Amino acid sequence: MGSLWGRLDDVQGDAGYGSPSEHPPRMGFFTDTSVCIGCKACEVACKEWNSVPEDGYLLTGMSYDNTQELGASTWRHVAFVEKPLDVPAVDLGMPAMGAPDTEGVTWLMSSDVCKHCTHAACLDVCPTGALFRTEFGTVVVQPDVCNGCGYCVPACPYGVIDLRKDDGRAFKCTLCYDRLKEGQTPACAQACPTESIQFGELTELRERAARRVEELHDRGVDVARLYGADPDDGVGGDGAFFLLLDEPEVYGLPPDPIVTTRDLGSMWRHVGAAAATLVGLGVASFLGRRR
Amino acid sequence: MPGLGTSFGRGGATTFLQDLSNADCILIEGSNMAEAHPVGFQWVMEAKRRGATVIHVDPRFTRTSAVADLHVPIRAGSDIAFLGGLVNQVLSNDLDFREYVVAYTNAANIIEDDFRDTEDLDGLFSGFDPETGQYDPDSWSYVPDSRRDVEDEERRDQAYSGGSSHGESHQAARSESHGSGGAPVKWKGRRDETLQDPSCVFQILKRHFARYTPEVVQEVCGIEPDQLRRVAEALTSNSGRERTSAFCYAVGWTQHSVGAQMIRTASILQLLLGNIGRPGGGIMALRGHASIQGSTDIPTLFNILPGYLPMPNAKQHQSLDEWVRDDEGKAGFWGNIRSYAVSLLKSYWGDAATPDNDFCFDYLPRITGDHSTYSTVLAMIEGRCKGYFLVGENPAVGSSNGKMQRLGMAALDWLVVRDLQMIESATFWKDGPEIETGELVTEEIGTEVFFLPAATHVEKAGSFTQTQRMLQWRDKAVEPPGDCRSDLQFYYELGTRIRQKLAGSTDEMDRPLLDLAWDYPLDDGGDPDPEAVLREINGTGPDGEVLSAYTQLKPDGSTSCGCWIYCGVYADDVNQARRRKPHWEQDQVAAEWGWVWPANRRILYNRASAAPDGTPWSERKRYVWWDAEADDGKGRWTGADVPDFVPDRAPDFVPEEGAQGPDAIGGQDPFIMQTDGKAWLFAPLGLADGPMPTHYEPAESPVRNPLYGQQNNPTRKRMEVPQNPLNPSWSDVFPYVFTTYRLTEHHTAGGMSRTLPYLAELQPEPFCEVSPRLAAERGLENGGWATIVTGRTAIEARVLVTRRLRSLRLGDRFVEQVGLPYHWGPNGITTGDSANDLVNLTLDPNVYIQDKVGTCDIRPGRRPRGSALTEYVAEYRRRAAMDVQREET
Repeated sequence: MGSLWGRLDDVQGDAGYGSPSEHPPRMGFFTDTSVCIGCKACEVACKEWNSVPEDGYLLTGMSYDNTQELGASTWRHVAFVEKPLDVPAVDLGMPAMGAPDTEGVTWLMSSDVCKHCTHAACLDVCPTGALFRTEFGTVVVQPDVCNGCGYCVPACPYGVIDLRKDDGRAFKCTLCYDRLKEGQTPACAQACPTESIQFGELTELRERAARRVEELHDRGVDVARLYGADPDDGVGGDGAFFLLLDEPEVYGLPPDPIVTTRDLGSMWRHVGAAAATLVGLGVASFLGRRR
Repeated sequence: MPGLGTSFGRGGATTFLQDLSNADCILIEGSNMAEAHPVGFQWVMEAKRRGATVIHVDPRFTRTSAVADLHVPIRAGSDIAFLGGLVNQVLSNDLDFREYVVAYTNAANIIEDDFRDTEDLDGLFSGFDPETGQYDPDSWSYVPDSRRDVEDEERRDQAYSGGSSHGESHQAARSESHGSGGAPVKWKGRRDETLQDPSCVFQILKRHFARYTPEVVQEVCGIEPDQLRRVAEALTSNSGRERTSAFCYAVGWTQHSVGAQMIRTASILQLLLGNIGRPGGGIMALRGHASIQGSTDIPTLFNILPGYLPMPNAKQHQSLDEWVRDDEGKAGFWGNIRSYAVSLLKSYWGDAATPDNDFCFDYLPRITGDHSTYSTVLAMIEGRCKGYFLVGENPAVGSSNGKMQRLGMAALDWLVVRDLQMIESATFWKDGPEIETGELVTEEIGTEVFFLPAATHVEKAGSFTQTQRMLQWRDKAVEPPGDCRSDLQFYYELGTRIRQKLAGSTDEMDRPLLDLAWDYPLDDGGDPDPEAVLREINGTGPDGEVLSAYTQLKPDGSTSCGCWIYCGVYADDVNQARRRKPHWEQDQVAAEWGWVWPANRRILYNRASAAPDGTPWSERKRYVWWDAEADDGKGRWTGADVPDFVPDRAPDFVPEEGAQGPDAIGGQDPFIMQTDGKAWLFAPLGLADGPMPTHYEPAESPVRNPLYGQQNNPTRKRMEVPQNPLNPSWSDVFPYVFTTYRLTEHHTAGGMSRTLPYLAELQPEPFCEVSPRLAAERGLENGGWATIVTGRTAIEARVLVTRRLRSLRLGDRFVEQVGLPYHWGPNGITTGDSANDLVNLTLDPNVYIQDKVGTCDIRPGRRPRGSALTEYVAEYRRRAAMDVQREET
């Protein structure tokens, strides 16, 4: 097993794929929510390509979001957030119904997906090896290996992976591993009409995203910020990261996710120390008895 | 379509989607572009990325508004007042692009003295006949330039037998034939290029729109004066030599009893700003789905033939001469109408069509009046129409006043439904809403329904003509399963079998069928070769060789062409629609992807992208210009696109006196399909409801028309039958406005989306959208149920209470609007009531399209079931006194 915590520049190397020259570059998504139009083409394309079953016919009454959250049968989820307008909208570069305006509204849309963490707790806790790190640095479940133990479910700091109830096994976004192997773009990014979902080499995407934030800031959209792009964050940076126009909580994202296995090493060290102490005490007791 | 056709000469979008990225400002109104056209919308997003201002004017705050820079909420159906307010801002502040306006529009034309405006006649133009509810447009005419104009016209007229035939042209929706050729004015007329003459179009226009002040706009539309000014500022500061603005609209404009005039108002505004024919400018008419543009180019309409040739009228057109006389010889390419008409007849009847028999002109069916879809439904109910084909259409859900549609179908002898799914129009006899209420009883319906499974778009080859007039070819990906067949094969086979049954007949009536050129190469499965059909549409010459341009078409029967505007799509015997060179391997115009009519031009009227002298208006907006050095100094139009002009006609060219057809186009006449070469700020002819747009209230409205005593469009087509009761306007019983629309997640009447799990789960139930104020007023709860009632019926839907719906302040009162997506019906994975059952039938007089807005009541809770529903709605009608004859307005 590779490292569990902290900055990691070669995630594939850490997983045993050798030096950077021996494996493909790390691939990922940059989802720029500032250009998302909420068409849900990503949700449909994902299900179509990956044969993900429908996830229930429920009108939630929560704006246009009838998908609600990521799960075993929903690998892309477009959030719709209606917010009363509290500041003059032109300054945000966001739509206004005339500012200043007490009745105005903004409508944020964002396509969420598995983050393909640098330090993926789901993978680290999987006892069967069903979850593995691919040569592209993505995290994939092998359905034919998964035994449905469900350890991965609470391990995910984002609440992404889940068990399919009538099936028992765990499912989540594969970042279209099969398509990547053929040099193709993942289905969601391919279907996105406005390039809100961008697919590419992670290092290049991070540079592109930084430029985009700068561009938006220059236009006065001060609220634009990146989420999951920092390789020094609690999961070592996400393979799928976002440009948001509000606090992460507004989109239903944890503000400061930390890989749940962060403390695994120290826990084991403590356990080891405790065990050693116990052993030491035991030995000492024997020795003492002999004395 | 006649909105664009009468303004510019062709009824298609003037630009292409990709070019929207060159706009400095984009105004989207009458369209929820991000939701209904998400793929095309990428170019709006690209423009925004490049710094353009995006404005969305819409009753609701939608996914389009969410990414726009400015959303302007508007009362549904009041668009002319808002756009008129913008026109007034431009004219009263001298913000028009004067050089463009003088040179390229009819602003300078002098109009007849006896013309009277709505401002003089309290909402009517001169020429209105209250008996027929129609206008005689004579008083709207251009004043002739000289005696010579009149003599020319008289001489032209005498070349034909019989008298003038203008009279009945509006009755048969002739305005639709201006899809590719303007209305035939008698002469180019006298002009005052100083624009000072009080009778010139510019001054008439200025007076006409003076009434549309910001305050009036607020009273009509509920738009605050400050918002109007912000939009005006954005448009005017992004128009002119250096900058351009584009407009996008869709059925939010077309589906009104004044729909054509809404589009006219936008056309006037774009002309005043000098934005037509230029990159980043234009009017993008967004078509509802895959081949709607195609189905008007090669029409599924009753009143036009391919290429917008008018369908002959039984009373007016007894001969080929009479059919073409109004248009033949007029300035511009429409003047060659005889060549297009004869070539079409040759493609239909081949060798049987000869000069001696008027090229089989007599074989063409004739119209006698309005045979549009809603009139046909009425004919079904009345037992005058016995059989009906439904192909790729689900009127039981998708058409207004669904009850009338179903009652009509239930009265037929036979009904053929060709579709991918078992849609409501095929099953209304067993599970329609009228079965539930007892208005129809299955056992008593005599209609024999034939359901024929159809091949999908991936199971057959052929072309789509999409929103920007582009033909794109699809190859067949898989064989259709089971008995599914392509439409092409179905119609070919149907024709073949009918002809077999008639073989040997000596009855003259059967000649049109027996003489048809009905021979296409077949594949192993008996499917006709679609490319052979496209080749026939493209047209061929005397030796069967393919033609490359409609300018090659001849009036003598030596050429054959199935649709003259498509001539060139098979140039060089190559399927040009099948070209798929990616845009990143080409320049911005990407001329080698698909094929665009006419002549693969992407921006129409692009001669106007250059100044009158032929030089680009600015370096930044350079597109097509005159290269005086080309062709050894003879000069030639050149640039990024195919010039939409006579290629070697110099900017200073002045036509000879009496010149006809293309020869009569001056060097500064960019609108080459117009019979005077100019774009029309004022339409002297061609529209049934007036030469200029003016605001009338929708047939059902909660407010009185603040502008005139005339409440509604006086020429609107009314359907006064018991099945179509109209809510009285300004009624307390129906105090709210409703408007219907689509969601990204579903496709029109739902046959292609309610049946698919991945789409149905995204929007699983019908819902209505209401403002928090309305929710409080009526006790509606988010996620709960509501019943929405009109005089036609009541439906139920779940409630979304949202600030995206705004209470609009009109003067001292609020108007509330209820939003209703219309995708559902009784069939499919997710089901529900159909919002279109609420809509009344009052039609635009130009194109006979319904008004998608109306008035309603809304109450919490689910609707009554069974016969209690009928009684519930009847009680509303009683309370609104709808059965009592109302005063006409």
